[in-house]
Amino acid sequence: MILVFAEQNNGTFKKATYEAVNYAAKVAAASNDTVTALVLGECSTAASLGEYGAHKVIHISDARLNHLDAKAYSKAIASVASEGAASILVFSNNITAKAVAPRVSARLKAGLISGAISLPDTANGFVVKRGVFSGKAFAYAKINSEMKIVAITPNSFGVEKMGQSAEVETHSMEFSAQDFSIKVENVQTVSGIVPLSEAELVVSGGRGLKGPENWGILEDMASSLGATLACSRPVADSHWRPHHEHVGQTGGTIRPNLYIAVGISGAIQHLAGVNSSKTIVVINKDPEAPFFKAADYGVLGDAFEIVPKLTAAFKKFKAAQNA
Amino acid sequence: MKILVCITKAPDTTTKIAFTDNDTKFNEAGVQWIINPYEEWYALVRALELKEAGLATAIHLITVGKSDTEPVIRKALALGGDEAIRIDGDSNDPYFIAAQIAEYARSQNYDLILTGKESIDYNSSNVGAMVSEMLDMPFIGHATKLDLSGNQVTVNREIEGGEETDTCPTPLVISCQKGMAEARIPNMRGIMAARTKPLQVVAPAALAELTSLVSYDMPPQKAGVKMIDVEQMDELVRLLHEEAKVI
Ligand SMILES: Cc1cc2nc3c(=O)[nH]c(=O)nc-3n(C[C@H](O)[C@H](O)[C@H](O)COP(=O)(O)OP(=O)(O)OC[C@H]3O[C@@H](n4cnc5c(N)ncnc54)[C@H](O)[C@@H]3O)c2cc1C
Ligand SMILES: Nc1ncnc2c1ncn2[C@@H]1O[C@H](COP(=O)(O)O)[C@@H](O)[C@H]1O
Repeated sequence: MILVFAEQNNGTFKKATYEAVNYAAKVAAASNDTVTALVLGECSTAASLGEYGAHKVIHISDARLNHLDAKAYSKAIASVASEGAASILVFSNNITAKAVAPRVSARLKAGLISGAISLPDTANGFVVKRGVFSGKAFAYAKINSEMKIVAITPNSFGVEKMGQSAEVETHSMEFSAQDFSIKVENVQTVSGIVPLSEAELVVSGGRGLKGPENWGILEDMASSLGATLACSRPVADSHWRPHHEHVGQTGGTIRPNLYIAVGISGAIQHLAGVNSSKTIVVINKDPEAPFFKAADYGVLGDAFEIVPKLTAAFKKFKAAQNA
Repeated sequence: MKILVCITKAPDTTTKIAFTDNDTKFNEAGVQWIINPYEEWYALVRALELKEAGLATAIHLITVGKSDTEPVIRKALALGGDEAIRIDGDSNDPYFIAAQIAEYARSQNYDLILTGKESIDYNSSNVGAMVSEMLDMPFIGHATKLDLSGNQVTVNREIEGGEETDTCPTPLVISCQKGMAEARIPNMRGIMAARTKPLQVVAPAALAELTSLVSYDMPPQKAGVKMIDVEQMDELVRLLHEEAKVI
């Protein structure tokens, strides 16, 4: 059995979760195995995971699991994995998985590879490619233990529908009071925007924009595309933008399909967080800006002139597509 | 209130990454080592602030690494850590590292164990959560704010697309990131004091590695930038649609 952790929030699954189920299905197909998806917390849509390749869904419908408590989650996941003698566990390597997968690994003494960007190569043991040095290089990592855990980098494999709705088995689990020690007091989400870690299109601004009052042109461009905003570190440090938008070595690492960098010089620490983007467009008035070396497309000139023009072109393109 | 801060060394952020021995080893020649920024700027500084506010009594630093990590751990002592432990092991398997830390911490009754959100070299974001499991403690990851009141912590942590405020009794493990504190620079008095602060070297426990890095690879070179004239934005959009196929 290949067990995939299917994170949910109020009954909705994110694209990255479907991606992880897809990944598990591909691994299973290569080894004649089956995929079981595990859903924790109350959820009425668990059967839909079948459409992404799960053969079976195990659902632990316990309201205490509606919120992440890494200790309780890892206990639940590890016990389902042991009971079903899972050979491989799959996670999408988001913030939840970063708290849970290492605990499961420690609990089961199962080697974990986080940030995987390839299917396992089993010709010579079990080897998976992953990013290292903040996106500046890759490593081929080998798992030496019997049971294996892979946490895949979101948006590196894509999502496809590949099956029918799956049978859901409801399990219950004994928890002790000590399993839940974290109390959630308050949740603030920015609604209506795709979080940066999952965004396929990103529009990012640097110090070249001069001040927070000038972000309107980037917001317009982002909304013309349905893109998410990001920024360089000095922009967040100066409180022009919220710090969760900061990307780079000390901020978020992202790999969207399209990264548009406006007024960002392209310092090595910035590139570390974005250079796995599929396509990079750089808008900068300095022909010597290092970012041009990492770009696929470049526009040399004043951002305040270029951005509105590009936004207009995106709008025209979208209108033609919708016509 | 005893705090343990887990410190690892990392190559300076401007390091040119290269490999030797047929791409099986990171080329350390000429590399400038720094304290991994997440634990230096956030975990350690926040621990110092808590001590300065009279909420913590001792700050211990722990690193799993060979003697070449000593300058980095001395710098952390110069910033204000009280004493340091170096476990004389060398591995990039997060399980091995976490197990060494847990092994030492088990008998020490730490109330808080702080790590960075990830190491900027191997970036697994694994060690802190693994330590928490090994010590059977709660874990909160990607924290942007940390406050203490008696034996209760209040933590803000990043969630996908937002932030959440959690409370939890100690002991627990927290991984720290931007927002929690402001970076500091060690002063002369700190540097002098660090020379005589205790740095204990402990032999590693005999443990197997669950994972190993077999070889490395560099990203493919970009083909070169295609420059588009300011007046040709429709052309850029066409290229993004037809050539790059990203919109
Ligand atoms: C340890 C460490 C970690 C770091 N981590 C990060 C990180 O995670 N993320 C990060 O981003 N940085 C990080 N940095 C900082 C990094 O080194 C750079 O200082 C930073 O990325 C520069 O930001 P910027 O490009 O916005 O600003 P600048 O370097 O000031 O560049 C502004 C750019 O805008 C252009 N420009 C100006 N006006 C216009 C205009 N009107 N139209 C078009 N272009 C214009 C200029 O030509 C220039 O290229 C880190 C640094 C260190 C030492
Ligand atoms: N060798 C090590 N010694 C001590 N602490 C470490 C070591 N490696 C990682 N850590 C801690 O664990 C955090 C996460 O590292 P990682 O799991 O490698 O991304 C780091 O920010 C450190 O706080």
